[in-house]
Amino acid sequence: MAIIERPSTEIAVAGGATVGVKPSEALGVFKRPAASNSWRDWIVTVDHKKLGIMYGVAAFAFFIIGGVEALLIRLQLMGPDGKVLSADQYNQMFTMHATTMVFLFVMPMVSAFANYFIPLQIGARDVAFPRINAFGFWCWLFGGIFLNTSWFLGGAADGGWFMYAPNSSTLFSPSHGVDFWVLGLQITGIASLTGAINLIVTVLNMRAPGMKLMRMPIFTWMALVVQFLLLFAMPVITVALFLLSFQRTFDATFFDVAAGADPLLWQHLFWIFGHPEVYILILPSFGIVSEVIPVFSKKPLFGYPIVAMSGAAIGFVGWGVWAHHMFASGLGPVSVAVFSMATMAIAVPTGVKIVNWVMTMWGGKLKFSVAMLFAIGLVVQFTIGGLSGVTHSVAPSDTQQTDTYYIVAHFHYVLFGGAIFGLFAGFYYWWPKMFRKQLNEGLGQWNFWLMVIGMNMTFGPMHILGLQGQPRRMGVWTEARAGEGFFNIGFWNMIASIGSLILAVGVLLFIINIVYTHKSKRVPIAPLDPWDARSLEWMTSSPPAEHNFDAIPAINHLDEFFHRKYAEDPTTHEIKQVATAEEVLADMNAHPDEHIHMPSRSYWPILVALALPIICYGLIYNRLLMAVGAAFLLLTMFGWAMEPSTAPDDDFDPPAPSEGGGHTKELAPLG
Amino acid sequence: MADTVVAHGADHGAHHTTTGLSNNKLGMWVFLGSECLLFGGLISTYMLYRGRANAGPQPDQIYDIPFTSVSSFVLLMSSLTMVLAVSAANRKDDRNTNLWLTVTAVLGATFVGGQVYEFTAFYREGLGFTTSLFGSSFYTLTGFHGVHVTVGIIMLMALVGMVRRNRIPGSKAETVELVGLYWHFVDIIWIVIFTLVYLIPS
Ligand code: HEM
Ligand SMILES: [Cu+2]
Repeated sequence: MAIIERPSTEIAVAGGATVGVKPSEALGVFKRPAASNSWRDWIVTVDHKKLGIMYGVAAFAFFIIGGVEALLIRLQLMGPDGKVLSADQYNQMFTMHATTMVFLFVMPMVSAFANYFIPLQIGARDVAFPRINAFGFWCWLFGGIFLNTSWFLGGAADGGWFMYAPNSSTLFSPSHGVDFWVLGLQITGIASLTGAINLIVTVLNMRAPGMKLMRMPIFTWMALVVQFLLLFAMPVITVALFLLSFQRTFDATFFDVAAGADPLLWQHLFWIFGHPEVYILILPSFGIVSEVIPVFSKKPLFGYPIVAMSGAAIGFVGWGVWAHHMFASGLGPVSVAVFSMATMAIAVPTGVKIVNWVMTMWGGKLKFSVAMLFAIGLVVQFTIGGLSGVTHSVAPSDTQQTDTYYIVAHFHYVLFGGAIFGLFAGFYYWWPKMFRKQLNEGLGQWNFWLMVIGMNMTFGPMHILGLQGQPRRMGVWTEARAGEGFFNIGFWNMIASIGSLILAVGVLLFIINIVYTHKSKRVPIAPLDPWDARSLEWMTSSPPAEHNFDAIPAINHLDEFFHRKYAEDPTTHEIKQVATAEEVLADMNAHPDEHIHMPSRSYWPILVALALPIICYGLIYNRLLMAVGAAFLLLTMFGWAMEPSTAPDDDFDPPAPSEGGGHTKELAPLG
Repeated sequence: MADTVVAHGADHGAHHTTTGLSNNKLGMWVFLGSECLLFGGLISTYMLYRGRANAGPQPDQIYDIPFTSVSSFVLLMSSLTMVLAVSAANRKDDRNTNLWLTVTAVLGATFVGGQVYEFTAFYREGLGFTTSLFGSSFYTLTGFHGVHVTVGIIMLMALVGMVRRNRIPGSKAETVELVGLYWHFVDIIWIVIFTLVYLIPS
């Protein structure tokens, strides 16, 4: 075992006696929090794995909220003349459903995986900026809660997730909903920006020796591309949000058409952010299935460099297609033609990836575990969504489709069928790594098949509905105009609504599976390497210790872990297992690193983040409250700046002199 | 921004990174990359709207080019003094580091003062924040830049205090250099704004 030195108020030494070691008074206001096992540790933690779990749990809670909103929408549209929601409530419902799913579920769930696994996959002990990492999490959480409090304070935002201005100005949307939306997204935007900086620096700077870029696991690759997209896309929506809030709060004229404003300004700014955003949502899931498919096919990923580079290519080209969301807005024929071609072009690197996954499975020893099923589900359903995407890259055809349910079908195939299925593949694949227990495969099969059936029943019929002309964002439809026979929209709306209930049961089974796995005594502790995996995150204990690796491994191959377990027989050229995971680990940990100082816990990240919603409530309701929030922000930032990120050396536990004289004892309990 | 995982044994304090750049420096570069897009959005908005003043004064009626040229010159000079501060910090010369940091902050404050004066003058001449599209986008763009300069001044002052009391975690020279990077960036952005907003007629 490595020697982990960390500030701790009390350490038990052999024999049960305790020696007091006092962490020095932190410079600033508070004493630096010490390691503990209580819930408080989660508030002050800067550990990337804990933060990853916190992102995951909170994001899943928002997934349920967004899901309930979706079910209400489907209930409203189940029959003619729906009475479940008023027109006004319906507008709020679809706006908040989309906003929640995009900004409060998929994005943070990606952060959860990225936080947890990037350092493990590149052989690092933590991220580059652990306190900023914690700050980002709290910003996102507080921003999300702030946004949702609008439900109880006069109504939520109602302009649709792209919130087109001037439709979202006070004249057309007089409640505070849009203000909450704008400010809430500014706060969560800070989280995205700090997260991007943190993870980019982590990947570029903190790789284990020998971990070249082209040896990084594909999940890390895709997450890296996504961080660059966030880095450059977030400031653009930040500008748009500022303009809108200046307009609503300070009467600026940016979207005031009477003053000569251009209503396309918002659309351009939003979609310059918005199209990269859709890749921000999907690329991490591409990364996850690129890990899962090789493992369950018992083959290396087909064309690793091509998969990595096509991801980067998507990231580049993704900046040049935003106006395909504006084909119907009168851009002029040249722009439309250019963006139409560019959009068709972007389908190419996307298609390349699909070929790579299929070729990986081709001739492999396939094992249809639940993680693999979800990965295959992504490949199939994303392909369908990609194809409908290509149909609306053709501008004349899109003019028929835009603002109909056909678009709704497209983006749910790519987002639910793609992004969310990828995340579920990740849950099943990495669960034993994070929580030491394997989710039940039997329940998982039900979970998967109900989700597949529900997903296709819900969104498949929307292609028909859209082509029949049912517009998006209409709260009621009437029997009189529902059409006849096969194309009767009443029938297909009913199917879609039933499908959404099946989908909900599918998701419910996932929750039941978690509870069962962790409550039932019959579920054993998972083996160290349950899937015979290939990448570095499996080359350590489950769950990993706070410092991840006792000894930082030296990397010689892509799929390092696989190469340590298997070798080619020089005479027969057969690949043979030469070591078990346990043996690899024991070998690696024979010479643990000494003196590992992990970054210290801190109160400041949560406190600084807390100032932001206070300021925003103040901006909406009361300028005095805003001043209080601003003062709080300044004070807490000062406190942060005054606290060094790692405790001074004499704060750390002195290495206990053990009998043998060597450093053999781990000194403090893992927090 | 001085958080790092320290694994130290023989090489106590020296942080090894894959690229050779320290985490803090790389982080600052990455952050500035993002800032480019922020100003890109604001500048585009201004360029779209600068000719649209349905009410109130037009741009060429109120810009005072000689005045703004002088204050721009002051800001440029502050980049020079910032370079001097960084080089003093590299020589571990605390006294001159603090001197040049202070001069930089004073020059920066002069620029912000000039901007406040300019805003009040424009306001008196009838260009309010809500007067026209030109007004809204002008004040937003230059205001955002002014806030960036102000944040820079606060960082410089904090740095002076911390250098004096030896409270800088990690390397002093590098911390000064980081603030310097930010400061030069804000200056360069101003050159772009000054050219596009003031010098090129609409
Ligand atoms: C093969 C690649 C793709 C192509 C060619 C494509 C094309 C398009 C086009 C042209 C539109 C605009 C249609 C309209 O509003 O009239 C659109 C909308 C949309 N796409 Fe895609 N798309 C692709 C992949 C994706 C992916 C990967 C995602 C997300 C994971 C995505 C999410 C969306 C969303 C959310 C919208 C609707 C935005 C809205 O109006 O609210 N698309 N797509
Ligand atoms: Cu798009």
